Amino acid sequence: MSDAVPDQIYFEDIEVGDSIPELEKSPTSQQLVQWAAGSGDFYQIHYDTSYAQDTGLDDIIVHGALKHAFLGELLWRFAGPEGEVKRVQCSYRGMDPAAQGRESAQEKKFTLRGTVTRKYTEGERNIVELDIEGVRDDGSVSTPGQGVVILPTRG
Amino acid sequence: MADQEFESAITDEMRALIGVKGPETISELTTTSVRMFARSVGYVDPAFYDEEVARERGYRSLPAPPGYLGTPLYNPADSDPTFGGRRGGGGFRSPYPLVLNGGTDIEYTGEQICAGDTLTSSTALASLNERWSGALGVPMLIQVSETTYTNQNGKVVAISRGTGISYPRPGD
Repeated sequence: MSDAVPDQIYFEDIEVGDSIPELEKSPTSQQLVQWAAGSGDFYQIHYDTSYAQDTGLDDIIVHGALKHAFLGELLWRFAGPEGEVKRVQCSYRGMDPAAQGRESAQEKKFTLRGTVTRKYTEGERNIVELDIEGVRDDGSVSTPGQGVVILPTRG
Repeated sequence: MADQEFESAITDEMRALIGVKGPETISELTTTSVRMFARSVGYVDPAFYDEEVARERGYRSLPAPPGYLGTPLYNPADSDPTFGGRRGGGGFRSPYPLVLNGGTDIEYTGEQICAGDTLTSSTALASLNERWSGALGVPMLIQVSETTYTNQNGKVVAISRGTGISYPRPGD
């Protein structure tokens, strides 16, 4: 498991083009049920295989908003305890399956990645913009987006 | 790809809804609901679980993880049993039966959002566009809805934009 609280990173230490630490997820049917409770979205296509298949899907799929929340966690970890997440945006370009039954969650890996695209100061705020994405196990990107965080300075 | 010609489904009545705010929704954040949300995403940061750690980090109580803007007050009399929000939703109804979630964009103002807060939100249709889906061979209606969240002190804490894509059943 990654560190509960990552070390603080500072505005001065960031450069455009930097990749930020990745976050790896392996959504299971259990996690989708937990998300249903946490978010209040109990749509059956996320936990009931036959319901999902009746709507034309192959199987249950990961909630779009959970993928958005994963990207939020990626940015939360990057911003560190003194930083701030300012914006999380993403598009849902494709469905992502969840691991079920005895299937290994490792086979449904979903990796969150980010790259710094811009850094600037506005008033007293040190702003970092990033391209972010949720990537399937086969390397295809299902969830591209952009994020903005505010970082502290060493000064 | 060359644009396929198709008849627009957007009417003047639909355009007239752009910018018109729907009814207010009240959403609560509690220590239990913040923990449940954080647990469901898989957060391991103790700030979402231990109030003492949260206070040491400068928060009033457990902070809301990105993406969590409270849970709408549930009442079986007028809440949707599946999605929890207000039954029937806002004023805009797409003429197409099939719907996809196109994307989510949440911008935070920097005001803390913590357990103990009550947020009031209302949603307005922000834009309507159409494009031809070459893959499905149908027109798609792309609607962006904008929701503004205000806390119990009257401060705007977040603006959320959701993209909905609706389309006719291919072959109909």
